Amino acid sequence: MDGLFSITAWEKVWTYRSTFLLGLYNTSRMALFALILSLVLGIIFGLMATSGKKYLEVISRVYVEVIQNTPLILQLCFLYYALAFSGKSLGIVVTGIISLGIYHGAYMAEVVRAGIGAIPKGQFEAAESQGFNYVEKMYFIILPQSIKIILPPMVNQIVNLIKNTSCLYIIGGADLISLTYSFVTGATTGGAYAPAYLVSGLLFFIVCFPLSTLASIWENSLKKRELKTAEAVKTISEGVVTK
Amino acid sequence: MSTLEGSLSILKNPAILSYIFKGVAFTLIISVVAVGIGVLLGSVLALVRNYCTTKKTRIFKWLATAYIEIFRNTPLLLWIFICLVFFPFPEFLSKKMFGLTSVEVKLLFKGATALILFTSSIIAEIVRGGLNSVAQGQFEAGHSQGFNTVQIMIYIILPQAYRNIVPTLLSQVITTIKDSSYLANIAVIELMSRVKTLLSAANKYNGTGSVNVSDVFVLLGAAAIIYFIINFTLSSIVRYMQKHPRIPKAAERAA
Repeated sequence: MDGLFSITAWEKVWTYRSTFLLGLYNTSRMALFALILSLVLGIIFGLMATSGKKYLEVISRVYVEVIQNTPLILQLCFLYYALAFSGKSLGIVVTGIISLGIYHGAYMAEVVRAGIGAIPKGQFEAAESQGFNYVEKMYFIILPQSIKIILPPMVNQIVNLIKNTSCLYIIGGADLISLTYSFVTGATTGGAYAPAYLVSGLLFFIVCFPLSTLASIWENSLKKRELKTAEAVKTISEGVVTK
Repeated sequence: MSTLEGSLSILKNPAILSYIFKGVAFTLIISVVAVGIGVLLGSVLALVRNYCTTKKTRIFKWLATAYIEIFRNTPLLLWIFICLVFFPFPEFLSKKMFGLTSVEVKLLFKGATALILFTSSIIAEIVRGGLNSVAQGQFEAGHSQGFNTVQIMIYIILPQAYRNIVPTLLSQVITTIKDSSYLANIAVIELMSRVKTLLSAANKYNGTGSVNVSDVFVLLGAAAIIYFIINFTLSSIVRYMQKHPRIPKAAERAA
């Protein structure tokens, strides 16, 4: 086992730097496509959950509960082996994108649902009274207001999505963690544990830290603004009462 | 549908059933222990990050912040691999126990350590949310009654903070149960890994001599149902608690 300060180990990592870059590329590529899929699913099921039609709400609820209450690894294995044993394998990367997209789609749906649910009912009624149809109401009135509530938790989900690409290891994945592991255990490349793990952890950190920091700053400023509005409303109503 | 019957007959085998349920037990124990220790570590981290703000103690605040941010922004699997190589293993534990071989005990110890370290960083942020939700006036009230800072923390702030975060901690148990399936990557101990092992050996048990699609559906489906029952029960409890808080909100109390 080479230590953290062994020069030969670092040289080995530097020589095989393309492995890490390839892993980072694969992870970001999968995360990007899975993100698109999860956004599509999240918006569809989130809108279904707030549509007010019972059967659409039930469908959305079942999707969210089933996906959120089982591990991603299980879903991934299910999809991968079901396809593999029926002879229609899609390849690791595509399978990974699909199951990551479905998994995070459920979380996105909850985020969208919460965001739309936070809009006062009067806004929906006002839009309807002005003769807006469903699409117009959502597009012009509701979504612009809920987007600022939706975005911070959505960014958090993106961070989770990027971290969860490591699940692909169990089906022999091509993501950053899997490639790092095969690098440190490989016959010709093996041994440089500390530098390799440090490098791959650092790559994840560089990608995820700005996103999660952005999300938390955003969330805090939203909370502060809400508090201010609440106080303003309170003082106004108190003023009305005392008059 | 003879292959499906063959696959279903796997689940009728008592040896396999007990094998699966041992996996369930391990999943639950690992998760509960991880969250339990996570609450302890996480509370310390949260307190340090929130209240070590004087010039002398600021270094500890930075350390706690670094710990939390590093673990939150890197995948669990990386930490499992790191602990596998670098975390010291006490030799006296290296023996057969809980029906595991000594090698498996070692892997369980290291994997669980990674899970605990990872979970405690998330719980630290949850506890911090709870601490921040306690009104500032509570500190002042405590000080005015002659409590010192430690007493204020133990008797006034922490009890209120913990009571506020019980639902969030329970949902963290759900997340940890799901996260414990990451241990399937290194050892055959908990539910996910056991089902995966059964799947690869399904040809021995289903009577058809080969692994079929129906085996995937039956075995992984059974695991999915088990996970779902556990987690759905927990998440229903969480929802109930959020709807019926034991302490009414401040506004309701005032009204």
